[in-house]
Amino acid sequence: MSPLLAEIPYWGESLLRVLGGLVAVLLPAGTIVYVFLFKMMSFMQSRLGPMEAGPYGSMQLFAEVGKWLQKEDIVPERADARIFKMAPVIVLLSTFLLVVVVPFGPDALFTDLETGIFYALAVSSVSVLGILIAGWSSANKYSLLGGLRAAGQLIAYELPMVLAVMGVVIQAGTMNLQKIVVAQNSGSMFGIDAVGHPYVISQFVGFVIFMIAIQAELTQAPFDMPIAESELVSGYMTEYSGFRFLIFFIGEFATAGVFAMIASVLFLGGWGVPFSWFGWTSIDEVDNWMNFAGPLIMFTKMMLIVFIIMWIRFSYPRLREDQLQRFAWKGLIPVALANIMFTSILKVVF
Amino acid sequence: MVAQNIGFWIIAVLMIVAALRVVTTNNVVHAALWLVMVLAGAAGQYILLAAEFVAITQVLVYIGAVMVLFLFGTMLTRARIGAESDLNNSYKKLGIPVGLIMLVAMGLALTRSFGDEQLPDSAKVVSTQEVSDQIFGPYLLPFWALSFVLLAAVVGAIVLARKD
Repeated sequence: MSPLLAEIPYWGESLLRVLGGLVAVLLPAGTIVYVFLFKMMSFMQSRLGPMEAGPYGSMQLFAEVGKWLQKEDIVPERADARIFKMAPVIVLLSTFLLVVVVPFGPDALFTDLETGIFYALAVSSVSVLGILIAGWSSANKYSLLGGLRAAGQLIAYELPMVLAVMGVVIQAGTMNLQKIVVAQNSGSMFGIDAVGHPYVISQFVGFVIFMIAIQAELTQAPFDMPIAESELVSGYMTEYSGFRFLIFFIGEFATAGVFAMIASVLFLGGWGVPFSWFGWTSIDEVDNWMNFAGPLIMFTKMMLIVFIIMWIRFSYPRLREDQLQRFAWKGLIPVALANIMFTSILKVVF
Repeated sequence: MVAQNIGFWIIAVLMIVAALRVVTTNNVVHAALWLVMVLAGAAGQYILLAAEFVAITQVLVYIGAVMVLFLFGTMLTRARIGAESDLNNSYKKLGIPVGLIMLVAMGLALTRSFGDEQLPDSAKVVSTQEVSDQIFGPYLLPFWALSFVLLAAVVGAIVLARKD
């Protein structure tokens, strides 16, 4: 095991992993909600946002959580109660499964799967199941329509996401997220190794497609038809109240955080800094302090990506359902396929 | 190996219970969700066998795609909440002997070909890389043929579904 964890027994290490997982999911979610949803959106609309709870409204989130927890947990009379209660848990579960493969430092990682990104794409599709049965079990036409829209959208945008990731995988030559980080930070562009080789530059098309796809996967505007409030009340979440709504809410922003982490690993170099800055040549030479600085670097990059997602969310009006499907199948997928062909040709030539 | 055996039996019992519920439950969506549990159990068994790639593929293809499309289809057409009475049809009894014959055939095939043979203590774990080297090496032609069959199926589906 790593020098950092060498003296900790197995049970202690497992406990640390569980706690680390909770922090890695819930801390970004809370920060995203406060910084972007409460404050940035308010400033964009020329208002202050929450100001009462705590200094500068910083305790507002705890007040909101308390409010939701003490609300009644209502299950509609004609709903399928067991499945209705299960659905939000499945959605949040897929977020926790997703964070497992994200590396936060040279040794600060939960698991080092050889097929990390493939695993991430697989478990992210599990949340569709939760949304679909949430819509169905509510016994509400709006909910069912919202659930079906969500499923159609998530399936459609998963394809461009997978295809955009393929470009990175071809370029890095591995599916392991840790190795993708190392490949970006130890590489060089045109013989200049001052900035490493973040794939956002050489895979810019892939990056743009990936960002559009995660915008749709997270059902953020302009792709928020599943919860379009003017048409479907609140889509698949219509009948949820109290802490089950809270779980959906946390799930939405926690998934935004985790997807942003995966995007920063794939395209922005993840936890790393260009290794040439400190004269490292491989992952084994990376100093131990990167295990502590890495998560902070990662957090910064994640906030940057979520900033872009939220900026677009607050700026653009909603697309129509058929425009959304056409955009994915006739726009993004052909471009992503062309990107893969182009990348593999360049990979073979150089 | 003891821990893996315990894990195997727990997952196997869960899978059998879930599989029985698939055919005995009286709601289509419940049946589909029990089937999800069977498929997830299969993914768990693959992980116990250290076949992570197969396990992830199982989750991606069966849970993320096949079952979602299945639920999507039933919800669009006929899925009601609550018990339905017309789910069983007259061929119900035929299913039991077919299932038993399959069980006996597969059990015989497994015991005949392996018998008491045990894996060596230092059983080699085949890495994902070796699997891909095999697929894109000696098995490239069957792989292409399979892709071609799938492509033909996709084109066929579009031809059938298109009205104009």
